[in-house]
Amino acid sequence: MADKKLMKGNEAFAEAAIRAGCDAYFGYPITPQSEVMEYLAAQQPHLRTGMVLLQAESEVAAINMVYGAAGTGKKVMTSSSSPGISLKQEGISYLAGSQLPCLILNVMRGGPGLGTIQPSQSDYFQATKGGGHGDYRMIVLAPASVQEMADFVKLGFELAFKYRNPVMMLSDGIIGQMMEKVEMFEQMPRATEFDQRWVTTGKTPDRERNVITSLDLDPARHERHNQKLQAKYQLMRENEVRFETIACDDAEYLFVAYGSSARICQKSVKLAREKGIKAGLLRPITLFPFPYDEIDRLTKQLKGILTVELSAGQMIEDVKLATEGRVKVALHNRMGGMVPSPEEVLDALITHFSI
Amino acid sequence: MNEEIIIAGFGGQGVLSMGKILAYGGMMQQMEVSWMPSYGPEMRGGTANVTVILSDERISSPILNRFDTAIILNQQSMDKFESCVKPGGVLIYDPNGITREPQRKDINIYRVEAASEASKMVTSKTFNMIVLGAYLKIKPVISIENILQGLKDSLPARHHHLIPVNEDAIKRGMEIVTTVETHGYASPS
Amino acid sequence: MYMEAYNKILEEIIREENLVYKKTALMTDKPLSYCPGCGHGVAHRVIMEVIDEMGIQAETIGVAPVGCSVLAYEFMNIDMQQASHGRAPAVATGIKRCWPEKYVFTYQGDGDLAAIGTAETIHACNRGENIAIFFINNGIYGMTGGQMAPTTLPGMRSSTTPYGRDVALMGNPLKMTELVAMLPGTYFVARHSVHTPLAVRKFKKAARMAFENQKLKKGVSFIEVVSNCNSGWKMTPNDANKWMEANMFPFFPPGDIKINGEMVAKAEKSE
Ligand SMILES: Cc1ncc(C[n+]2csc(CCOP(=O)(O)OP(=O)(O)O)c2C)c(N)n1
Ligand code: SF4
Ligand SMILES: [Mg+2]
Repeated sequence: MADKKLMKGNEAFAEAAIRAGCDAYFGYPITPQSEVMEYLAAQQPHLRTGMVLLQAESEVAAINMVYGAAGTGKKVMTSSSSPGISLKQEGISYLAGSQLPCLILNVMRGGPGLGTIQPSQSDYFQATKGGGHGDYRMIVLAPASVQEMADFVKLGFELAFKYRNPVMMLSDGIIGQMMEKVEMFEQMPRATEFDQRWVTTGKTPDRERNVITSLDLDPARHERHNQKLQAKYQLMRENEVRFETIACDDAEYLFVAYGSSARICQKSVKLAREKGIKAGLLRPITLFPFPYDEIDRLTKQLKGILTVELSAGQMIEDVKLATEGRVKVALHNRMGGMVPSPEEVLDALITHFSI
Repeated sequence: MNEEIIIAGFGGQGVLSMGKILAYGGMMQQMEVSWMPSYGPEMRGGTANVTVILSDERISSPILNRFDTAIILNQQSMDKFESCVKPGGVLIYDPNGITREPQRKDINIYRVEAASEASKMVTSKTFNMIVLGAYLKIKPVISIENILQGLKDSLPARHHHLIPVNEDAIKRGMEIVTTVETHGYASPS
Repeated sequence: MYMEAYNKILEEIIREENLVYKKTALMTDKPLSYCPGCGHGVAHRVIMEVIDEMGIQAETIGVAPVGCSVLAYEFMNIDMQQASHGRAPAVATGIKRCWPEKYVFTYQGDGDLAAIGTAETIHACNRGENIAIFFINNGIYGMTGGQMAPTTLPGMRSSTTPYGRDVALMGNPLKMTELVAMLPGTYFVARHSVHTPLAVRKFKKAARMAFENQKLKKGVSFIEVVSNCNSGWKMTPNDANKWMEANMFPFFPPGDIKINGEMVAKAEKSE
């Protein structure tokens, strides 16, 4: 059976990468995710599975190494934290435009600019609404435990290849740095099984040339390309929404939070219930596509929603879109690396809705 | 069972590894565990702390500001965390380097002179194990066997010869921990 | 009684004419955030002394990097700008082009200057910007916890090369200073260290030249300081300095490489 280990989120992500049969990792050190590359280096993945590990000279180089490697049809990944993810945006736009699969981990820290190394969730807009230029989307998975830091690597690769699109895991300093029990899945073969017809391996007489590009100088053709991308994103919206609900059946008040904030809210739900307040938690697991329908469904039974974020309030815009003004949506947030306590969150719920 | 612990002191005192051993021990005992450190360059000689949660249930928030037990190893941490102990909770501290003794009357306070004891042992690196022993005496939430197993799992094999020394230190900590009178509050259940 | 006598002796000693050393006012009173024994603090102080002695505080703008010295602006009592990781030479270019008569310098680590900032470094040097670049090479990423740097020596351990740098997998260490010396835009290129009083004096002379050169408008003055990172190398400060002399110096030999726009001949360099 699968073995249980005590690991940091960053380490679990790295171990899962090796076990998921990842072919190559390209990265550049940055706090709070440097353990990913450090763990990989200690594991010598080139000896364990033949996986390539390379410390690039910058995040810009790393994401372009990912671009090149993804174009060969391999399972490739990179990881970084907010300032480094900003540098990767150009590459991510190219990856999406060229329809290349890859997995990108962002262990968010506080911004803007160099900001702080402490945990934050202020890259939500960047991850879910674009970040780079052009009309593109990525599936965004938000792990809330060390277990999910491992499991979403496997899921992330599956989705990346299913849609030939970059997938981002949007984590933060808490999930990356904390240790929890994790059950690792078994080692998977490195061989990637999927439709390989589009990859650059060298033209043989039996096929047309394969070209990886996001450029098309003919606007009509390029519009068709964009339409094709949008149809793909629509499929993601229809098929890939994931979320978790806790104590929502009879809930009158709902916390909406993802990642580490959801963990804090989970405790706030417990504290609320002890006080006789019927609170529940909806935790989006995919941030794109966002669980609009489930929030819409719950709205009918609710007296209020409190969105809890480590940002100035970004996801709250999606929550408001889902509720369409039918219920009051309030925000409790901390910024710049500060984290609210479960009691603080409960107090905010009580104050906002005069419970 | 749900035990929420903060261990706080200077970087280099073994705060993080002490928390790690507790978490490993909890895992050996089939508990749910979480270990959340303060991180970053502040660890370079500055303060370090770690929140450890041991529970029979799925753990919610890994970050807390109210604790069942606070283990405090320097003055800055005393200033920061004394007020965070839940009423009726436990505060264990090493008086070495403490300029202001804890003031709370509604919690159970214990002293362990771990630094001075460690200086008498073969290696002063056992400091954190003495503190751990004191904690396990007050709150026997994890068996010694499981702690030692945790120690084995968290130490690289080349350091396994140090396990007996650490075991001695844990036992020493259990012996030397003393209760500080706080005006008649009952010992924890 | 005793205290009185004691104070009197102190009074006699503490006099302007007895002063042998004074911290330059261009270093703030903020305690340095560096590990004890780290070269960053000494390098800061020397550069500030030069600016102080030249009396150019009011005309100098520094650029702080991302690295352990990211907080240089907390310690250097001058106007400063903090750049994003690796971009200091571009930021300095922007400043100098707008204030061509001012003194402008960057202060950068090896990761900052020779990895992520390679393009900015090469191009500022090739354009011949009239700035000074101070390059603190400790062979490692100090700030982020000791990962491999472009200057990490073959076989050297770091947290991302736990079994030693394997050149076949991780590439070769980069001699950035020799590289920029070949560019027509550099006017003065040298390598120094700050681990002994003699080395500090030599570095100070070079640092002064780097500022004076800016008046000539003949291009970049580029000074590498081979330094230690006792935390990252996991050594005591003393051992780190010894290890640096034994291992870093053979690969990164101290000495002048280019003076007044002319390459220094090999024989002279060994001085
Ligand atoms: C875009 C970006 N990537 C990565 C980092 C993380 N980071 C901070 S300092 C540093 C390297 C510092 O090394 P070096 O320049 O050698 O300076 P030292 O600390 O050794 O003096 C890195 C990678 C960052 N802040 N921004
Ligand atoms: S980590 Fe290294 S470079 Fe940074 S302050 Fe410490 S010794 Fe200096
Ligand atoms: Mg360095």
